[in-house]
Amino acid sequence: MSKRLINFKTLFFSTIFFIIITAIISINAGYIQIPLHEVIAALLGNGTDQNELTIFQFRLPRIFMALLVGMGISLSGAILQGVTQNPLADPGILGINSGAGFAVVLYMFFFQGASFLNGWASVYVLPITALAGAFLTAVLIYFLSRKNGHITPIRLLLMGIGMNGAFNAGILIFQMKMEPNDFTRALTWLSGAIWGANWNYVWALLPWLLILIPIAIYKSKVLDILLLGDSTATGVGINVARERKILLIIAVTLAGVCVAVGGGITFLGLLAPHITRQLVGPKHSKCLPLTAALGSFILLAADTLGRVVMAPSELPVGIVVSILGAPYFIYLLIKSI
Amino acid sequence: MDSTIHTKTTSESLHKSKNRWIALIVLFIGIIGLFLSVVISIRFGAADLSYRDVLGAFFAFEEDNQAHVIVRELRLPRAVAAILVGSALAVSGAIMQGMTRNPLASPSIMGVTAGSSFLIAIALAFLPGISYFGLSIFSFIGSGLGACLVFGISSLSRGGMTPVKLALAGSAITSLLTSLSTAIGIKFNIAKDISYFFAGGVSAVQPTQVHFLLPFVISGLLLAILLSRSITVLNLGEEAAKSLGQNTNVVKFLGAVTVLLLTGAAVSIAGVIGFVGLIVPHIARFLVGTDYRWIIPCSAVLGGILLIAADIVGRMVNAPFETPVGAITAVVGVPFFLYLARKEGRV
Repeated sequence: MSKRLINFKTLFFSTIFFIIITAIISINAGYIQIPLHEVIAALLGNGTDQNELTIFQFRLPRIFMALLVGMGISLSGAILQGVTQNPLADPGILGINSGAGFAVVLYMFFFQGASFLNGWASVYVLPITALAGAFLTAVLIYFLSRKNGHITPIRLLLMGIGMNGAFNAGILIFQMKMEPNDFTRALTWLSGAIWGANWNYVWALLPWLLILIPIAIYKSKVLDILLLGDSTATGVGINVARERKILLIIAVTLAGVCVAVGGGITFLGLLAPHITRQLVGPKHSKCLPLTAALGSFILLAADTLGRVVMAPSELPVGIVVSILGAPYFIYLLIKSI
Repeated sequence: MDSTIHTKTTSESLHKSKNRWIALIVLFIGIIGLFLSVVISIRFGAADLSYRDVLGAFFAFEEDNQAHVIVRELRLPRAVAAILVGSALAVSGAIMQGMTRNPLASPSIMGVTAGSSFLIAIALAFLPGISYFGLSIFSFIGSGLGACLVFGISSLSRGGMTPVKLALAGSAITSLLTSLSTAIGIKFNIAKDISYFFAGGVSAVQPTQVHFLLPFVISGLLLAILLSRSITVLNLGEEAAKSLGQNTNVVKFLGAVTVLLLTGAAVSIAGVIGFVGLIVPHIARFLVGTDYRWIIPCSAVLGGILLIAADIVGRMVNAPFETPVGAITAVVGVPFFLYLARKEGRV
């Protein structure tokens, strides 16, 4: 079995390679097209002022955002699938994204004004707000889908669908009360545009990921053991309830902070882990790093695609991911359960 | 699904029709309720009208009386449209639940409304200036498309169609089609028109639209009532229905046509309004038992009341702004959906 799987290192580094290629294309693509040699010149510090502005203030932060958000959301999906033993778990499908989204819309509504996302403080407040929303939703879903002490995968998904419905209705209600200007922003944000891309957001997101991703990878052995079932895991000496809680907190935090800056991106947390598992098998010590790399790649590619396909208008990256991801979800649905 | 219990209760209600009195009472009170809510719906709104204006508009219409014009041109079409849309959605939900024996079945969960609004988005993008009639045709085709996709996927899957799989396939198809519609909206600069369809509402309904909608909904409702006996039998299970001499394929086909007629008409006028088709049939079933001859008319009346009430609430909750009626029905419907989901779709 393991022979058919492709070598992990080869895969990991080729994904990184593809990320670099896509990043170069992404710098080049967009409303202002910059030829490759000018890109290189600008990166080396010899470009024109206009090119440097475009590249350093718009394109590069956006690329980094796509990479970080993609990493976070796909890892969150991988952990959720492992912990809940549910192949269809994804922060978007489970309603965690829309819970975070609802919290952010509430925040925009109560602290409105044109500057709601421009002040330096809001850069840091926003992730906290989204986090609160994400956690509240996760706790709600957890308790609602618990019946007689245990949670079935199917009930979890149905609860997620219901929660999505509820939060989307809530978002709709508050959106209608907003100023037209805020309304448009909220709408773009909700469809998952990495629009806020400036360095502040990258810096706000980075520490979360730097802390959480190593913990997640450190926990990959625990995830492997949890997959064997509760009784085996307890037998091996693992405190199942505690570990599960820790892992869930990591997953929800990752999703929450990524949604705060990246907006609602559904299906990415499904797409990346599943492709990874097909390639390197279910072992989490290999699966998690590759999922992170692959998630970054998919989101960056989707963002670039969204910018190119309908230029000069831009397609929010969440829409692109949904169009790619929903058929995959359907494929999994037909195949797996 | 616990088919033995299901069969027993159904056959009981077929023979003993003691539920008939309850059903008649529900219908009677329901129709009074409908009438009252129409009056309330006409009376309250941005422009303050008195009951005398309302009565005057019907019985002593004066063309230069602004209040009378508001009643006839704005308020009345809106109230009637709310009732028609609510009834249409509720009845198509009842038919879907009856035919598929799936308590989670409803137009919005099964991707029917998403398909409909997707084709409306296409029509708005590629055929600008399309008439309302043309738009409805697209809406009908779209609801068929959505339903075919969802049912096709869930019957393809291993282990066949289950309530849960239908719900999951429906939500996947819904998000796919919604994303595509949004993409079309951005590309063709019609995002605002399209988001109107996704918000769902009857606030901007024109009198001509109501005239157009009326025959579709009425014929759909009549078809549903004609089919109701067959649906009760089909609800016993396909095998049982066949052995009772029913041509199940014909019934299913006619049922599907009715659902598409009703949902297509409803979406073309009011956009995506969720959960009405889910909860109303359950309430009706709770009140009158499992006989679809009573469930369908009761669903029609209760659906009309629910939607017109939601529309009134949407107008009052945040006056002078309108809250989309779809958001109100979701607020009511989600807890109910969660309740059903906790049972994992078992009745």
